[in-house]
Amino acid sequence: MQWETVIGLEIHAQLATKSKIFSAASTAFGAEPNTQACAVDLGLPGVLPVLNKEVVNMAIKFGVAIDAEIGRESVFARKNYFYPDLPKGYQISQMDLPIVGKGRLTISPAEGVSKVVGITRAHLEEDAGKSLHDQFPGQTGVDLNRAGTPLLEIVSEPDMSSAKEAVAYARKIHSLVQFIEICDGNMAQGSLRCDANVSVRPVGQQELGTRAEIKNINSFRFLERAINYEIERQIDVIEDGGTVVQETRLYDSEKNETRSMRSKEEANDYRYFPDPDLLPVRVTDEDIETIRTSLPELPEQKRLRYINELKLTDYNAELLSSSREIADYFETALCRLSDQPSLLANWILGDLTGALNKSEMGFADSPINPEQLTGLLTRISDNTISGKIAKEVFEAMWNGEGSADDIIDSKGLKQITDTGAIEQLINDVIASNPEQVEQFRAGKEKVLGFFVGQIMKQSKGKANPGQVNQLLREKLKP
Amino acid sequence: MSLKTEDVKNIAHLARLAIDDDAVTDYASDLSNILDLVEQMNQVDTDNVQPMAHPMDAQQRLRDDDASEPDQRDKFQSIAPDVENGLYRVPKVIE
Amino acid sequence: MNKNTNATIKELQTGLAQGTFSSAEITSDYLTKINLLNPDINAFISITREKALEQAKAADQLIADGKASALTGIPLAHKDIFCTDGTTTTCGSRMLENFKAPYNANVIQNFENQHAVMLGKTNMDEFAMGSSNENSFYGPVKNPWALDSVPGGSSGGSAAAVAAGLAPAATGTDTGGSIRQPAAFCGITGLKPTYGRVSRYGMIAYASSLDQGGPMAHTAEDCAILLQTMAGFDKRDSTSMDKEIPDYSASLNNDLSGLKIGLPKEYFAEGLNSDVARNIDEAISQYQKLGAEIKDISLPNSKIAIPTYYVVAMAECSSNLSRFDGVRFGHRCDDPKDLEDLYKRSRGEGFGEEVKRRIMIGAYTLSAGYYDAFYLKAQKLRRLISQDFSQAFEEVDIIAGPTTPEVAWKTGEKSADPVSMYLQDIYTISVNLAGLPGMSVPAGFADGKPVGLQLIGNYFDESRLLNAAHQFQQHTDWHQMSPEEK
Repeated sequence: MQWETVIGLEIHAQLATKSKIFSAASTAFGAEPNTQACAVDLGLPGVLPVLNKEVVNMAIKFGVAIDAEIGRESVFARKNYFYPDLPKGYQISQMDLPIVGKGRLTISPAEGVSKVVGITRAHLEEDAGKSLHDQFPGQTGVDLNRAGTPLLEIVSEPDMSSAKEAVAYARKIHSLVQFIEICDGNMAQGSLRCDANVSVRPVGQQELGTRAEIKNINSFRFLERAINYEIERQIDVIEDGGTVVQETRLYDSEKNETRSMRSKEEANDYRYFPDPDLLPVRVTDEDIETIRTSLPELPEQKRLRYINELKLTDYNAELLSSSREIADYFETALCRLSDQPSLLANWILGDLTGALNKSEMGFADSPINPEQLTGLLTRISDNTISGKIAKEVFEAMWNGEGSADDIIDSKGLKQITDTGAIEQLINDVIASNPEQVEQFRAGKEKVLGFFVGQIMKQSKGKANPGQVNQLLREKLKP
Repeated sequence: MSLKTEDVKNIAHLARLAIDDDAVTDYASDLSNILDLVEQMNQVDTDNVQPMAHPMDAQQRLRDDDASEPDQRDKFQSIAPDVENGLYRVPKVIE
Repeated sequence: MNKNTNATIKELQTGLAQGTFSSAEITSDYLTKINLLNPDINAFISITREKALEQAKAADQLIADGKASALTGIPLAHKDIFCTDGTTTTCGSRMLENFKAPYNANVIQNFENQHAVMLGKTNMDEFAMGSSNENSFYGPVKNPWALDSVPGGSSGGSAAAVAAGLAPAATGTDTGGSIRQPAAFCGITGLKPTYGRVSRYGMIAYASSLDQGGPMAHTAEDCAILLQTMAGFDKRDSTSMDKEIPDYSASLNNDLSGLKIGLPKEYFAEGLNSDVARNIDEAISQYQKLGAEIKDISLPNSKIAIPTYYVVAMAECSSNLSRFDGVRFGHRCDDPKDLEDLYKRSRGEGFGEEVKRRIMIGAYTLSAGYYDAFYLKAQKLRRLISQDFSQAFEEVDIIAGPTTPEVAWKTGEKSADPVSMYLQDIYTISVNLAGLPGMSVPAGFADGKPVGLQLIGNYFDESRLLNAAHQFQQHTDWHQMSPEEK
């Protein structure tokens, strides 16, 4: 039987505020346990939540960026359950009236392919604390520093049909939230977390299969693996005559498998109801417009502009708009080299990205800044150096040896364009290789390459290759 | 409306309350009486009535994003039943 | 016994200002009387003797230096639901037997800013759930007017303390009548302000959308003085209203002629004790003599106010009380064998029967499949009840009636049947559902026990209520009676 897969993602993005969603405690990562858990975060008796303005603004930013309807009146509700890292015995979240309604996001799961994924909603909620199971024998330690950190839970439609698409969507969300500066995107620190709802059905069947929710996925690589594992598992279950159970499953990255947690229906009757300690959040058209105008150009807008106005390839446009860092780098450089977008794109995505990856660095801390890079590329454009020499200069710049011009000067790398000097080199080479001259004259065109190589070698790469070619042909004429 | 002892046990579990086995019947009858009282609500038709969650028709006030709360861990943990190395301790949580 | 202990705050202010007595003297008079009578009445859960004397001494210095504010040196008692930094706050529960809040409630802080003196923390129904003060882990409170009877609840300790002269005034909280009903049962004056007028920060929550703190004192004039300090915007409470605070004392002597008073027919129907009714009728006549216009009105949805109230209150409390789990503060059971055992036994042992009942009903009404039939239905009825009042206030300025259908009942009389006790809240709870201000004013006696007249005002119209109550007290002496002279 042919199977098709249906995937929806729930992504929790930690909002990059200074203080928590309902208290003035700091959200900084990595503090000593419970030193950033104030009376409100601890759920001490009598204390009350007050909503952080920036949290609302960030949610609206996201809503505007995905072209969503913004809830003019959104309501916080309590999700009731007992757990040691949930101090109040309920999580403040949003249920019926979320702040962000239906929106959409365009993804590119493969080169030249684009697809629109629906976003059902995005709502605000508070994060829980952390349970540490390895601190005390037979006991669990609870650190509530993270309790009350603002989260935006972004729920997609079940619009994705492969692990690849799911990863493309997750990556796009990851870059978008960083682009609009509402989340630092640090997955290792849990700033972006992903749950996947996966189901399979026979091709052609209308109704959805029973889904499993996979939790505990903390990288894109694991997201792809976990989904692929789960698809295989579900198909195996059905083909063996069984049925898929609706449940929550945990992904184990070491074993690369998902395994059942407790059955969700049994454990949870969350008893949602509107939180009486908080009033409805009202957002006006004016609030939304103010935020809309404050937003930077979004990745999708950039991508289209790079293709249409700068005439970059789809592939390069996609990569250059994939993160705020790389786009900022590209555009800063482009200001100094506005007539050479393709040259710039090739260098940024080629040598620079390669060097950065090798030393595990980001564009923001690149040892070669956009000004230095355009300094180098300008010297290629004006024929001061060849592309080959440019690589040598690039390496020197990477090692902090100064600007392109300084390096060209101090190493004497300037291209030889003086016809007399080049002629001299050519004459020398012709004189010392009479055999090859004969071959060429006999019609063996390939020998020309030998001469060029010899001349470039003699000039230490500095001779202008165009000139060398032209002059050489003249000299070799019988 | 009448609650059975099994219902009472389920609700007590949902609310994480230990109740004595010999008190379950009393709870069942008390809670059933309360639910009977509550059912009087059905005397009034509420079609097309907007639910009211708050006495005031007001909107949420928003706080500036300042991380101004000082660390008071020692004071807060002085009232905690079981603390070690700055962590609240509970019996092992099994995932 | 020093006469001062039956004085009003107004009188104490005058005495302190004129140097007739010092704060240290009156504070120690009250503490002496508490020592003498509290073992019988059980109005206090904790007596903060050292702190009180220290505060009194500091207050006297401020008075001597001419730096006193309105309440400097005035001794007060606080319901044990308000968190007080450094002293225990039990909320009437075993759960919080050793709980020392690491902060002051906004209300407490407001009084501290004025250098008022705290005598101690008063007894109450556990987590404010009750109408008789029998649901306290610290034992029932007795009604100073009849020691075999209840003082009302949940602020029964505060009401009894003021009535018995153990404190000149006290704070209370009112979720469904918890200030007004004990004020009525103990023959004192109590005010529940408009929801949002007094900050709920640091006031341990029972039902968040209904709870409101307020003053309990001998006179309306004292209530005005206390409300002036208690009321105000608090940025830590999202439901606190940022609205101007009038000078409550300034309007106390306004003329009542032309004041339109509405009498809801539902508050005088079957179920109202005839002796209570007679006292209320006389009080209404008194208002007529003062020039008020009396109008018959109707609050047609009053009949479903009790079930509506209990659904809302129990749902909210079931969630509000989840934080009491034995992990970060409060009672923790011995040797929990696992996490579930920790939760269940800590909560099972820490909470009393009535609290457990309400948590369970609340959890049930919010659970899957029942939400619409119970909670949502109650929220819709809440709107209808609230609309009844809005319509009434288009015709009248204030609404008057009995605070309670009966006077204080005998201890134990209704405790076996929770529902019979709930039904006693019939006249007070609608006010909380609507969020309106309400008062109870002493208006006579039935069967030797005090009767309360309830006055209900429009939103943020506490001034008018206090004015009406004060004028009544200028022409009656029910509020001046003391159980000692009975």
